[in-house]
Amino acid sequence: MAGSGKAEISQPRWLLAELTYACPLQCPYCSNPVDFASYHDELDTEDWLRVLSEARTMGAVQLGFSGGEPLVRQDLSILVKHARKLGYYTNLITSAYGLSEERIVELKASGLDHIQISIQASSRELSDSIAGTTCFDHKREVARLIKKHGYPMVLCVVIHKQNIHQMESILDMAEDLRADYVELANTQYYGWAHLNRDRLLPTREDFRRAESIAQTYKAKLKGKMKIYYVVPDYYEDRPKACMNGWGTTFLTIAPDGTALPCHSARQLPGLNCPNVRDLSIREIWEDSEAFNKYRGDHWMREPCRTCPEKNRDFGGCRCQAYLLTGDPTVADPVCTLSPNHDKILQAIQSASGNQFPEQRPVMFRNPRNSRQLSPLTPDSNTI
Amino acid sequence: MTLADDSVFAVSPMHRLQWEEVQQRDVLLYPEGMVELNRSSAEILKLCDGTRTLDKIVSELEGKFSTSGLTDDVREFLEVALENGWIRQG
Repeated sequence: MAGSGKAEISQPRWLLAELTYACPLQCPYCSNPVDFASYHDELDTEDWLRVLSEARTMGAVQLGFSGGEPLVRQDLSILVKHARKLGYYTNLITSAYGLSEERIVELKASGLDHIQISIQASSRELSDSIAGTTCFDHKREVARLIKKHGYPMVLCVVIHKQNIHQMESILDMAEDLRADYVELANTQYYGWAHLNRDRLLPTREDFRRAESIAQTYKAKLKGKMKIYYVVPDYYEDRPKACMNGWGTTFLTIAPDGTALPCHSARQLPGLNCPNVRDLSIREIWEDSEAFNKYRGDHWMREPCRTCPEKNRDFGGCRCQAYLLTGDPTVADPVCTLSPNHDKILQAIQSASGNQFPEQRPVMFRNPRNSRQLSPLTPDSNTI
Repeated sequence: MTLADDSVFAVSPMHRLQWEEVQQRDVLLYPEGMVELNRSSAEILKLCDGTRTLDKIVSELEGKFSTSGLTDDVREFLEVALENGWIRQG
């Protein structure tokens, strides 16, 4: 192995700044770690300013302020202003909860480039029920204010069993709200979504129908509103090229300063993720064990190692491999070449049954449930 | 998408054209995305400032790079740029 498999290190392009795990919403598919309530000690303003500067020097240019709910941070405008001055394209990824016109104006003056807001469904009742919070009317009002103040707006709707039948009305709503982009994000089954998978994963027939509606609207609204359809990987034959390859493009900084090659990675065993309180972004990106662990293909096992497609999908997602098999080094079970592909088929089978909702209540993302559920264990340990 | 001869072109207000020192190239930034531009694409986009027609863009580029016969290449790029919403014609 000497001298082989050492991947050439590219520069980060995307910085995801998860400013806080605090969130007024309780969406049961949240991508935050299930044990989020056990992390406290958020980075302070000075830490974040330094992180932004260092990552920009490394080449990061797209910046997402995310969370939890990033608006909870009172220093958001200070961070936006600094980021914009450094030359980042600044994206605010928000639930819109508590976003006032005054703050929209303040953020614009600070140089914020774009706002992405989430809406959970096209009807008030369902949207509020998924969010676990009364917020639907406010979100619609905020969407109008965002356009009134000249921002590009992305409307993000996470798609799952409970709202997939609203595909047409979701797209009509997005058009009505003058979204420039609408992201129809089929749920990715990590963290909270993995816990609630039986309650969220739609059937193949539902997907086909939803996708064809999305395609029809894509053609109809061409030049007016762009539609991104995030494919549901459980129904694909090959895994997604997760994070465009480990440690090639994406850098996530969690609220407590933990640096992650992807926002789900802190659940992986033995990753020993570095913290920006201890190391510079350059040391983290180039030298840390965590960022080198699945970089390139030195870590791959069969069938990935000799697969002609390994440079296209990089063996898929390490977090998904771990969640479904207990081993983060195996092929993503989404791949039909994976010996663990039956895990996906079982999940689809399990979700297509009708034994719920009465028997197993949906697990909302909130601190109480988080404290009860930690630590998360993968499927293989729970079956 | 067809280009009208008398149209002027401008980078879409949703986008920002920016030189990236680390990459040593221009990029076009938009919500949650980026196009990494080669030299000629960047030179064309820099002339899309809302005042120039196709002919004007071509003649300026031909002058700048002391060449000729760029019309087809520029037209083709502008069509792609329009199709992707990077620029607007007015």
